[in-house]
This record gives sequence, C-alpha cells and structure tokens, in this order.
Amino acid sequence: MLPRLRRAALPYLLLLPALVLELLIHLVPMVVGIVMSFRQLTQFFIRNWSAAPWTGFGNYRVAVDFSAPIGKSLLNSFWVTCSFTLLAVGFSWLLGTAAAIFMQESFWGRGVLRAVFLIPYALPVYAAVITWSFMFQRDTGLINHVLGDELHLVGEKPFWLIGDNSFAALTVVAVWKTWPFAFLTLMAGLQNIPRDLYEAAAMDGASVWQQIRQITMPALRPVNQVLLLVLFLWTFNDFNTPYILFGASAPEAADLISIHIYQASFVTWNFGSGSAMSVLLLLFLLLVTAVYLVLTSRWRDADA
Amino acid sequence: MCIHRIAAATSLIVALAATACDKGGSTASTTGVANNASPTPPKTLTYWASNQGASLQVDKQILEPELKKFEEQTGIKVNLEVIPWPDLLNRILAATASGQGPDVLNIGNTWSASLQATGALLPFDDAAFEKIGGKGRFVAAPLAATGAVGKPPAAIPLYSMAYGLYYNKKLFQQAGIANPPTTWDELVADGKKLTAGGKYGLAIEGGNQSENIHNAFAFGKQHGADFFDAAGKPTFDTPEAVAAIKQYVDFIARDKIAAPGNAEYAANQSVTDFATGKAAMLMWQVAGANLKSHGMNPDQYGMVPIPVPVGATGLKATSSMVAGINLAVFKNSKNLDGALQLVKFMTSKDESVALNKAFGSIPPVKDAQGDPAFATPELKTISEVLATRAAPLPQVPNESQFETLVGTAVKNLFAAAAAGKPTTNESVKAELTKAQQLMPAS
Repeated sequence: MLPRLRRAALPYLLLLPALVLELLIHLVPMVVGIVMSFRQLTQFFIRNWSAAPWTGFGNYRVAVDFSAPIGKSLLNSFWVTCSFTLLAVGFSWLLGTAAAIFMQESFWGRGVLRAVFLIPYALPVYAAVITWSFMFQRDTGLINHVLGDELHLVGEKPFWLIGDNSFAALTVVAVWKTWPFAFLTLMAGLQNIPRDLYEAAAMDGASVWQQIRQITMPALRPVNQVLLLVLFLWTFNDFNTPYILFGASAPEAADLISIHIYQASFVTWNFGSGSAMSVLLLLFLLLVTAVYLVLTSRWRDADA
Repeated sequence: MCIHRIAAATSLIVALAATACDKGGSTASTTGVANNASPTPPKTLTYWASNQGASLQVDKQILEPELKKFEEQTGIKVNLEVIPWPDLLNRILAATASGQGPDVLNIGNTWSASLQATGALLPFDDAAFEKIGGKGRFVAAPLAATGAVGKPPAAIPLYSMAYGLYYNKKLFQQAGIANPPTTWDELVADGKKLTAGGKYGLAIEGGNQSENIHNAFAFGKQHGADFFDAAGKPTFDTPEAVAAIKQYVDFIARDKIAAPGNAEYAANQSVTDFATGKAAMLMWQVAGANLKSHGMNPDQYGMVPIPVPVGATGLKATSSMVAGINLAVFKNSKNLDGALQLVKFMTSKDESVALNKAFGSIPPVKDAQGDPAFATPELKTISEVLATRAAPLPQVPNESQFETLVGTAVKNLFAAAAAGKPTTNESVKAELTKAQQLMPAS
C-alpha cells in the first residue's frame, strides 16, 4: 500500500518546485489583472489603484456589448484574429510537414538546406519583421518592385502596410516566422519512426503517398497534437509581428486582438477595460485548449 | 500514461494562462520597467530625457557635458537616460503606476494636461516657481501648454518649436513661382504646378499619428473647430472638424499634390522626400538639422509660416500648434529639492541657449531668446509664429486619447484616399464619429 502511494506521489513531488515558481511568477500578475478588470482604472487612478472605483462587470458589459462601438471593434478584432490564426497555423504546418518529409531523404546539400530553413526561427523577431516592413513599403519596397516592375503582375502599386492588404502582409510574415518551428518539431518526430516500416510498406507495393498517409501521419499524431496547440496559442497571442509591422494603431483589416487590447489599455489609458478584454481572451483560450485536449485525447484512446 | 497526459495538459493550460495573461498582466508587470527600486541617495538624480537629436547617442553627447557642469555646481550627480519617443509615454505611465520613476523627466508638451490628471507630476505652484527663478522668466505661449487652465502647471517649458512651411527654392524657381504661398488656395495652385514628372508639390507624413493630429488641430482652428467643448467633452465630428480634416486629406484625395505613397509614411520619409527634391514643400517643426543630415543646406530651402485661409484673422489665422518639450518633476522623487535645482539649471539662460542651439529649437526663456544663435531666418520665423500665430493643443485630461484616436482616424482616411476610395464629408464624419465613440465615457 505505502510504496504504491509513494510511487504515485513522486511525479507530483518532482513537479512541485516548477509549480511553485510558476504560480509565483504567473499567478500573481494574473490575479492582479483579474482584479483590475473589475475596476474603473483610468488615468485618474493609476497612481493609486486602490482608489479606483469598483464597477462590477461594467468593463465586461462594455467589452461584449457588440452593438456599441467598443464591443463591435473588439468583435471585429476577434474575427480577424481567428482567420489570421487559422491561415497562419495552417500554412505553417503544411510547409513544415512538407519540408520535414522531403528532408528525410538524404541528398547532397541536405544539411545546408536544413540550416537555411531554420534561419527565420533563429533571427531576432524585431530585426526580421522590420526588414519585412521595409520590403512591404509601397514606393521603395522590394515586394512591389518584384511584383510590379519585374513580373508585371500588378499595375498600380498596392499598399501592404495600410488598408485591406495588410492582412495578407501580416499572414505572410507570420507564416515565414512560424513554419521553421513546425519543421523542426516534425523533423524530430520523424526520427522516431522506424525505417523498416517504410521498407515493409514498399515491399507490399505502397506508393509514397500511401506511406505518408498510412505510416508517417499516424506516427506523427502525438507530435502534431502538441505542435498545433502551441502554434495556435503563439499565433493567436502574437503581439510582436503586428506591432513592429504596423505600429501601435494597426489597420482594421489586421487588427489582432493583442494589439487591440494594448490599444484599449495603454493608448486610451483605460486599464480596467483592457484587463477585462484580457480576461475574456484568457477564458476563450482556456476553453479552446480544454476542448482540444479532450477531443484529441479521445481520438488517441479510440486508436489504442 | 494517464497521469502523464493529465500532467501535460495541466502544464499546457498553466503556460497558456500565462501567455494570455501577459497581455492583461502587462500593466502590472510594467512596474518592472522602472526598476530603480533602491531609495535614491540624496546626492544623485535620475533624469529621463526625450530623444531630440538625430539619435539617442547624439542626445547623450549633448546633455552629458551640461549635466557634468550641474554636478560641479551642486555636487549632485545626474543619471541620464535618453528614452525613444515610442516608449516614453509608456515608461511614464509605468513609473506612475508603480511610484518608482525618475526624479526629473521630459514630456511632450501636449501630454501636460493628461499627465497632470494622473497626479504623478509635481505642480508648479508659486513656491515651486520661486525656487526655479519665477514664472516671469518664461515666454507666454509655451507656458500655456503646461496643463489645464486654472491649475498650477504640471511642467515647465524646456524647448519650443512651431510648424513652418519649408519650400525648395530651386523647384519653385523652375516652376516659375516667385513667392511661397500664404493662403491654402495659393498652396494648392502652386502644388499643382510643382506636381509633374514624378515630383510632387507637397510631402505629407500620412501614417504618423502625431503629425496627423498636429495638422488636424491647426486646420481645425482655421475652420473654427475645437475638438473639446468647454466642459471637456469630445466634439470630434462637428461640421467644422469634418471640413478641416477633409481639407488635409484632400491634398492626396482631390488636389493630388501629395504622392499617394505618403499615406503610409510614418518614419520621417516625408522629410527625406523633401530633402532629396522629390517633393517641393513640407510642413514640419524645426526641420533644419534633419534636412542637413540628408544633404540639404539652409540656402537651398526657405521657410515661411504655414498658410491660412484667405482673409483669416484671430484664432482662424492659427498656423501652428505650440509645439515643444516640457520639463517635469516626478512627485515621488526622494530628492524634490535637488530635482528643482536641476530644473532651474536646465532653464537657466546659459543652458537654455546651449541646449536649444544644439537641438535646433527656440528657448522658451525670455532672456535666452536674444542670443544671436536664434537670429537665423528659420528660427526667427518660428519665434514669430509662436508669439503671434500659435495655439496650444486642448489642455484637457483626455488629450492623449484624442491624439491617438483622431490621429488614427486621419491615418485611415489617408489610407482610403490613397487606395482610390472617394473622400467625402460623409466618409470623414464616419471616421471621426467612430473615434469619438471610442473615447472613455468618464
């Protein structure tokens, strides 16, 4: 009885130091943020928070009142973020998977190519994204030069950093920045698949496509489960890319939720409202994660 | 296996909660930004300077020798930090929230009333003014941009600036224009003559919120628009404000005297365009040093006050905001006396001359203005505009929100105009109404 109990407790004991630190570093600001969301914390009170009046769910009501301007713009920002996340994660995963599978075969220059693929991941975000913003400039940028002057694909030079095209620009940069991580993770996952499975399949006359579908994909499922979740969270919460690309006031078409909340709190100095939006975002992401984990785990159980 | 999965799921959720909360928690965690947590020893001061020169390094090279002099005079060592503009307001807010900040700091003078409302800055009442040599030493116009009317100023003027119209002499000559424009009709007519062969009449910083708001304000004054009513309530979308902002956006939309690409300029590209002859006119505050760094010498350009409507008088003849930098004392300073000594030093005649000379601005201190360094045609024009034709931005607590929201509205309008969408009274009003609705209710 006792040894069994002790064995069961071991993982929790091992996790304890990390958990305590995690709580200290993350839980305290989180609780502060939640408390702030119930107060009318504007510029008049930031010097002395405790004097800020309580508003109950006032900040939340404003945030989710989708018929009023503040709620409407938050909702718009939410949809923009959802479509951006879907596209950016989808393309990053697709590119990462394709590249990882191709890189399984050994060929001349494979090592170099692998290193090249990882460059976007290794570059400092600021340096990389600011370079993109130069490339996206309308009159002097490389993108318009290639599209317009060299390939003659566009007549009038389009804007990329303002207006509706900014969504495309943002997605391209996000995919460029994110896919090497998918590539790296999947490449590691592929190392764990025994080669003889493929040999056996080839003996049985399975095509490459069938091998990918029947062997590679099922074997990568645990990796993909975590990878997609992490990519989703990172992309949904991405602040650096839009901030460096567009500055503090992003065009409506690329108004990601993190920038939107930043605007709501820092730029209009209404920290209570910004906190309420953050808490809503947190609840949404928790819900998505929980549903995702339950669903994917169930599939795995059914498989086993 | 099962425990494994639960553990993994738990740690993921915790990590996720943490990432999500980084955004919300940032207000709390920014307290870490101003991390001079140790109590300030009485013989040192921390000074946050704004970025006035071509780079942070240039500012340091200008300020450090002067602060050395202060140390020799008073024995107080000043720790200088030059803070880039995009960070300055956030740093001040973080310092306000945490109570841990600098002793003395520069602020954009348009923020005076907003920061005054936070209560973070030491009010300059008569006693405080006495310690820095009296209120009478300062020029009236910049002193009007130091906080709400009827309250002791939250800061005092350090560097003064005003907008002027810079024009390229050679391009004007080639187009056969004898004199620079003094009215908007003339400016548009000249602009059309100058717009040819890939060159444009006017360069505009259309993606830059601050430039947008400064121009929107001056245009607004000329049309009789006040963006706040007497009670401090926002009135962004009045017919006068719509007319003012439409006139500004029309430089790209209707008059086509500015290049459509200007709509995304936010990093001083318009100054570069003017300096390299791509555009013949530029509305800017003290551009001299900036133009020189791009290879344009003072004899190649002229500078006159920004045009006004035909026959405008009084407030409708306002041609610039009162631009400038104010010096403030952080109320939580452990060394208020030393902080005031530093303020007195920085605004003394000799320092005012030296610093304003180095940064190309005008001293807001009366006895420093007589120095021959400020007798150049450009600086004389700026002095005159400041004295007679400049008005301060609204001195209300919500001013900084106004800057962001209306600045963004104008940016959006420029973006739409550049993309070829029509700019109408309705489209301008819609953007301004939206900006007004996003203002905090209180």
